[in-house]
Amino acid sequence: MFEFTSFRQPADDYVVNNFEDIVMDVDDEDFFETDGMNLTWPGKSLTSAQEYMRGHGTYVDNEEVIASVSGLVERVNKLITVRAVRTRYNPEVGDLVVGRITEVQPRRWKVDGNSRQDAVLMLSSVNLPGGVQRRKVESDELQMRSFFEEGDLLVAEVQAFFGDGTMSLHTRSLSYGKLRNGQLVTVPPILIRRLKSHFISLPCGVDLILGLNGYIWVSKHIKENEREGEEAFDAEAVYSNRNDVIDDSTRLAISRVTNLINVLASRSIPLTDTVLLDAYDWSLEQEGDVKDLLQEDAGDALVATILAKG
Amino acid sequence: MSSRIEILNAGGYRSDGRRQYELRTISIDLSPQGSGADGSASLMHGLTQVNVCVFGPREAKMRSQTYHDRANVNIEVAIAAFSASERRKRGRGDKRILELSQTLKSTFEPVIQTTLYPRSQIDIYIQVLQQDGGLLQACINATTLALANAGIPLYDFVCAVTGGVHSTSPLLDLTLLEENDLPNVTVAVMPRSGKVTVVSMETRLHVDRFEEIFRLAGEASKVIHVEMKKAVRDRTEQLVASMQSVGRPPTGVDVGDEY
Repeated sequence: MFEFTSFRQPADDYVVNNFEDIVMDVDDEDFFETDGMNLTWPGKSLTSAQEYMRGHGTYVDNEEVIASVSGLVERVNKLITVRAVRTRYNPEVGDLVVGRITEVQPRRWKVDGNSRQDAVLMLSSVNLPGGVQRRKVESDELQMRSFFEEGDLLVAEVQAFFGDGTMSLHTRSLSYGKLRNGQLVTVPPILIRRLKSHFISLPCGVDLILGLNGYIWVSKHIKENEREGEEAFDAEAVYSNRNDVIDDSTRLAISRVTNLINVLASRSIPLTDTVLLDAYDWSLEQEGDVKDLLQEDAGDALVATILAKG
Repeated sequence: MSSRIEILNAGGYRSDGRRQYELRTISIDLSPQGSGADGSASLMHGLTQVNVCVFGPREAKMRSQTYHDRANVNIEVAIAAFSASERRKRGRGDKRILELSQTLKSTFEPVIQTTLYPRSQIDIYIQVLQQDGGLLQACINATTLALANAGIPLYDFVCAVTGGVHSTSPLLDLTLLEENDLPNVTVAVMPRSGKVTVVSMETRLHVDRFEEIFRLAGEASKVIHVEMKKAVRDRTEQLVASMQSVGRPPTGVDVGDEY
């Protein structure tokens, strides 16, 4: 009755037999050809600490700079850093993130943003009903749940950092705020590059919001003229929890885009607007259902097409 | 002490066909295990199989367990009921499992750079699927691989191996049969500095024999380190190649002198 397929990754199997002689006289560097890329792993000694400064991903021991993560070595003048190939989201000021409310606290919300700690959204950083410039009133603090509740999804921008690295978010723009009419997809944050605009409209009536923290929101397209204007900031509509009616073809398109994103992320292909547009066009040419995109051979063909174009 | 199985026969072969200092086949799989973990590893030493998933650093589930200046490392071990030759369900509170978790926690707390992540939590979930001796060894090696895979900064790898002695002959990487019969010790080493992080022994061993076993086990961990390093490096290369396949020019080149 049910057919379940999961993503099968290519197997990384290192099978080693028969270490007869435990005394190995091996010069490590001969083993690994570097192939033009400077890869490193935890514990590898990079250079002398006398001549170079250490950056992220390294530490100093005994006058040597040593890598602490596995990734690419980057050297800029006298600074050596190692950029990890897999890590949690590293926020910067001005980044666009998609998050989910986890807690409601006095005058602030805690937002899960796929980072090392939950982000903070202050009550003073959201738009209050009755005009964008309205000042905060006592009664607003008492009805915070009428704005955001636990479990709500929102898109926001990183405003600043607290001392321990926690992000502080704000939604003080009409394009930010609560999300509805769509589906959330989670991918590794490294795959999302900083683009000019993280709001992408696909031709099939689907909008994408690429959060830099790896959360992607795929939703029904909202026409420009239906967005609220500055004068009448309608809290009922902006903070409402009701979805619009979404027709079947839009739902199919949303599912198709979601499956494509999952396939690309499982193969570690970076997600940019051109890649997603190419992938969508390719998938329209394929026969079969939307769910057949998740099959392994479909994924291989998709990746081959994308790489050929890219 | 007599055993029905010959531990080391006259020709120098052990019960599973290995020689005295031969290590078992190592199989490492660093591909994602589909649980949304930040890093995962599946490791086999011969027939002993262990899966490890690492989550973090992330927001702590219980605020009371956080430290203001560093991350909290939480290790949970689960041993599958079907992992040994007799089916036996072990609860979370089993003393042996708690002791194993505690040993692993004290092994990895100084190795992970926890001071970089105040008020966060790093969760390490270990699942033992098959047991054929060398459980602590496999757990340590698999956890190191999973942490490296998750991008959590470590001071170095931690590589472990078991050693034992059969009358006067030292043996390495013991199977379950050998572990039950012989005195054995697990030694874990950080290869770059040669520092020994774990020495764990639950049997009685004559002090004259200890030095040789200890030294041999330390050297054997360096061999295991070579394999672990290769696995991590190949995985990194694969990911970097995929990520650079679209658009952006390659990095890893020093930019210094041109400017």
